Amino acid sequence: MNLVGELVLARNQVLQSAAGQTDATLQDPVQRINLITGELQESVMRTRMQPIATVWNRLPRVARDLALALGKEVRLTLEGKDTGLDRSIIESIKDPLTHLLRNALDHGIETPEVRRQRGKPIEGHVHLRAYHEGGQVNIEMSDDGGGIDPQRVGLKAVERGLLSREQLGRLAERELLQMIFLPGFSTAEKVTDVSGRGVGMDVVKTNIEKLGGAIDVQSRPGQGTAVRIKIPLTLAIIPALLVTAGGDRYAIPQASLLELVRLEPGEARGRMEELCGMPVYRLRGTLLPVVYLNRLLDVETADPSGLGSVTIVVLQAGSRPFGLVVDEVHDTQEIVVKALARPLRSIPLYAGATILGDGRVALILDVVGLAQRARVVSEGRDASAAAPKGTPSEPGEVRRALLVCGGGEEQRVAIQLSQVQRLEVIPSSAVEWADGRQVVQYRGGLLSLVWLDGVARDGPGPLHVIVSSQEGRLIGLVVGHIFDTVEAGSAVQQTGSRPGLLGSAVIQQRVTDLIDLPALLQSARPDLFEAGSLSGRV
Amino acid sequence: MQTTHQLCTFFLADLFVGLDVSQVQEVVRHQTLTRVPLAPGSLRGLLNLRGQIVLTIDLRRCFGLRDDPGDPLPMHVVALAGDEVVSLLVDRIGDILEVNDSSFEGVPETVYGTARELIRGAYKLEDQLLLELDLEKAVAIAEGGSQNGRTPNLAGQEMQVSLPQRNTLRKGNAS
Repeated sequence: MNLVGELVLARNQVLQSAAGQTDATLQDPVQRINLITGELQESVMRTRMQPIATVWNRLPRVARDLALALGKEVRLTLEGKDTGLDRSIIESIKDPLTHLLRNALDHGIETPEVRRQRGKPIEGHVHLRAYHEGGQVNIEMSDDGGGIDPQRVGLKAVERGLLSREQLGRLAERELLQMIFLPGFSTAEKVTDVSGRGVGMDVVKTNIEKLGGAIDVQSRPGQGTAVRIKIPLTLAIIPALLVTAGGDRYAIPQASLLELVRLEPGEARGRMEELCGMPVYRLRGTLLPVVYLNRLLDVETADPSGLGSVTIVVLQAGSRPFGLVVDEVHDTQEIVVKALARPLRSIPLYAGATILGDGRVALILDVVGLAQRARVVSEGRDASAAAPKGTPSEPGEVRRALLVCGGGEEQRVAIQLSQVQRLEVIPSSAVEWADGRQVVQYRGGLLSLVWLDGVARDGPGPLHVIVSSQEGRLIGLVVGHIFDTVEAGSAVQQTGSRPGLLGSAVIQQRVTDLIDLPALLQSARPDLFEAGSLSGRV
Repeated sequence: MQTTHQLCTFFLADLFVGLDVSQVQEVVRHQTLTRVPLAPGSLRGLLNLRGQIVLTIDLRRCFGLRDDPGDPLPMHVVALAGDEVVSLLVDRIGDILEVNDSSFEGVPETVYGTARELIRGAYKLEDQLLLELDLEKAVAIAEGGSQNGRTPNLAGQEMQVSLPQRNTLRKGNAS
């Protein structure tokens, strides 16, 4: 398996050396080697890939037995069971996943009495999700249990001499949570037979890291916990675009690449704008937030004056595209993804490393990490100045109240408040199926649900629903999160391309899609809008 | 009977440092390093060792020594830290010395600051002190370091790691 990876790297080097030469007796065999290597690589990958379902299939049983033994009620949902993993990894993640599941059930999900007291549905929910992203497999396990209290973790760490009291005061909550990965750590109130002392997070972490992966935990006390595992696909050979920033080359997985834009010096000034302190680029009807790679990496740029040509790599991270400004773009190459040395794995901008055709090492950028860090940079820039609640108005424009919500993955949408009837938070367990659609019982009737693009349908958390009345019927739009109400001018930047999308604007320093709620709902559920619908059922 | 050890030795400015040969894989000349922006200062970069990507740790920085502007061609000691291969950037390579356990003593008083954490102890040789490097500690410290210098040690002590000033040209933004 590694042999094929090495063969690919050697093939790249041979191609590079042969590129400069015209000798036909060399070119022919080189091309043959190229073709054969490609086919060999594909065929080996195929034989080695197995769906994660192989490991997952036993988990519902484990969950059921455990819940029974613990006297708890739990529902386990699985998303992405066809996600492929290399054979060797499949074996190695069985134990860590089982252990995490036991932990979630034992220490995460509360007993039915406690859950009732807390106003949660008696049945706890554990959700497993697997997907590929940029040469890595992501596995997320989230539960709606009691969460992990960072303060308790911190106190335990002090108790065990892993931390001093004054350090406790200085660490942020996120850092405190990381303490659970230290050896010999446990916050379990009592030892249960089931998962021992809740021990093993350090073992889980070690095992994941042995595979070249990383593990992270997030939690909201009282609400739940989410553990995320990222593992590089061994023998991940992916096409990647090579770019330069600060004199070094970086690889960007082509899977995340939407397009390339090159602006000549004059154009650059015209099309790049700054809205509310954030650089954006107008790309055919969408506002693209733009970040500079050399700034994210804190390295020198080749063009300090900013007056030269500008190259923008348009990338997709989650649901929202963004533009990455680089110094130069080179070609696309097939690269072998190699796991980063352990000390470097915590840097979110890098997904791995590879060896290029000339033998030099290049870092592979993590597109999601780029997008997240870009947000931090752009938000941080204006954090000192008090952010105005709305956008400044142009003379003569109508100001309206808008409800700002989150879609999936950091996407933001805004809806005119006048179109909104009510805002509700509904537990996901209340969702039922009627006539092939998802509904909830609401105020004596049925509320049809429409999911905003990108919002997870199967998560354990509660649903944030925007209820509106359309032609006498109540329809709910499920969003990821409801943020704020702002007053903004109607200066819409571009006309939208999808039904229901009016365009986008910058609100509170974030690019936000403006939604026409009735139009959006109508395009999603035209059946509910037909005059004189014959279905009869509500 | 006296027990002896073999140490692979090298120089870091005035310091004479050694590492047990069983941990040393090989020694290579200056290699092209790919730097890793945003990584702690002591992690100098990645090098290609016959197809394997190896992390390079700048020992001078670990010890709080200033970067040496003079020598353009440091040497790499490729060593095994636990289960991971790392390369250590050093000024010059010394000989492989056989040392007597009886000449071993704890960390000398003359070693202060961060260096105390990095050393297992010292061997008293005829005319000088040979400090034995604690490789795992060195990797942990290099990893935990921040770009601005303060390294909270999980055991509760705070260490000052003096990092040399980096020559970053921060140009103004294009907008």
